[in-house]
Amino acid sequence: MYNVADLRKGLKVEIDGAPWTVTEFEFCKPGKGQALYKCKLKNLITGATMDRTYRSSDKGIEKADLEEREMYYSYKEGDLYVFSDAETYEELRVSTETLGKQKYFLIEESLCKILLFNGKPVEVTLPVFIEKKVTETEPGARGDTATNVMKPAKIDNGYEFAVPLFINQGDIIKIDTRTGDYVERVSKA
Amino acid sequence: MSKGLVKPDDLIRLESIKSNLIQRSEIIRELRNSFFSRGFIETDTPVLVRAPAPEDYINAPSAGDFFLRSSPELHMKRVAAAGYDKIFQISPCFRAGEVGKLHNVEFTMLEWYETGKTYIGLMRFLKGLLLEIVTKVKGTSKVQFKNSKIDFAGEWKVFTVKEAFLKFAGVTPEEAIAKNEFEILLTEKVEPNLPKDSPVILKDYPSSMAALSKINENDSTAERWELYLGGIEIANAYSELTDYNEQKKRFEKAHKKREENKLPAYPDDKDFFKCLEYGIEPFAGCALGVDRLVMVLANADTIRSVNFFTEF
Repeated sequence: MYNVADLRKGLKVEIDGAPWTVTEFEFCKPGKGQALYKCKLKNLITGATMDRTYRSSDKGIEKADLEEREMYYSYKEGDLYVFSDAETYEELRVSTETLGKQKYFLIEESLCKILLFNGKPVEVTLPVFIEKKVTETEPGARGDTATNVMKPAKIDNGYEFAVPLFINQGDIIKIDTRTGDYVERVSKA
Repeated sequence: MSKGLVKPDDLIRLESIKSNLIQRSEIIRELRNSFFSRGFIETDTPVLVRAPAPEDYINAPSAGDFFLRSSPELHMKRVAAAGYDKIFQISPCFRAGEVGKLHNVEFTMLEWYETGKTYIGLMRFLKGLLLEIVTKVKGTSKVQFKNSKIDFAGEWKVFTVKEAFLKFAGVTPEEAIAKNEFEILLTEKVEPNLPKDSPVILKDYPSSMAALSKINENDSTAERWELYLGGIEIANAYSELTDYNEQKKRFEKAHKKREENKLPAYPDDKDFFKCLEYGIEPFAGCALGVDRLVMVLANADTIRSVNFFTEF
């Protein structure tokens, strides 16, 4: 349990069963009155934001039981993605829902960070860049090296994104896993 | 000389707020001059105290066997009781846990007491004082602060707390207190909507919100006001409570409330109570946050940008 006076930017708390982090914080106090702790909070699972003002007379705030573990992605098992602990090899299953778009960027044996809330995985952070082979894209015009004109492309798992015209099927390209966007070509087919 | 080293952040900060700090020095000089020219003497009361005034929500940082004073109030009142009828003090005060745009654990307070005055007389006194300071330091009576110009020469706008709550928050102060929403409504509804083109006074606080103020017998509000400049609370004044029994009762209540709220216990200031028991002439006093006054006059955003050094 945190005291209201412990509130500060970056503190992770549990409100109504969900983990929230304080993104903005303002201390405010009318001279003789009780202090107000005005917080902007972000839900660590849904990304939703809200404003909350706490008073010195309020009871404390629950600490969010959060743990970050470094785990390797191992394999897919039905709708679940199996990760194993970097040190203990203990396995952990993450749902498609939790992974969202990230599921397209999982590469076997890549080291990921998994955020656990009350022991359950709520967020997976992948390596920022991954390399993938383009499995499907229309041929670009020969010699066209413009980077500002884009065309659709796919990778082996069906993820569709935009690449510059000069990218060909079979090229290895780099993707930013935070945005899902093309970054650069690594090697030609 | 630089010797090719990277300039430390601290130097960059001090350079960037130099004009604020020069104004700070001028304002403090003019405040002292104005008090001296009005026949006041400056007191030097202890920074280390054994018995801070027990306020519901003010905490004095502890320092060994002592506390750092949260205000010079009880000591200055003892001086006033001895017949020093015009006293002031500009000095550091300390409040544990108070850090924000308008707060720093250590801050500079101007506090003064005048025998024979009431809180209303003090309001007139402060009006003349501020007009004098502003004119001397700024060369004009109108001061740009954020998006408005505060005119120190014109009429001050005065609201009772009740009027302000009804007008801006739609409830009476008593209703707000009953729901534990007084501070939230004050900071979110009342303060942002106060006029910004003149100094503003909120007066006659609910009697529960002034541990050391006289209570008006007619409407049982506290004879207390607060000065606002640009929506920021600057000063707090009381017709001082001189009734020994009443003060004893209020401190007992405050000690109890502090205990309920698990706040550090303070011993009673026995000498202060001996003075009250012996008898003090009616008097009034005011405490003004010097850093915040400098913020307004220098049109600065935070208390940090008007202080040479702050901890956070």
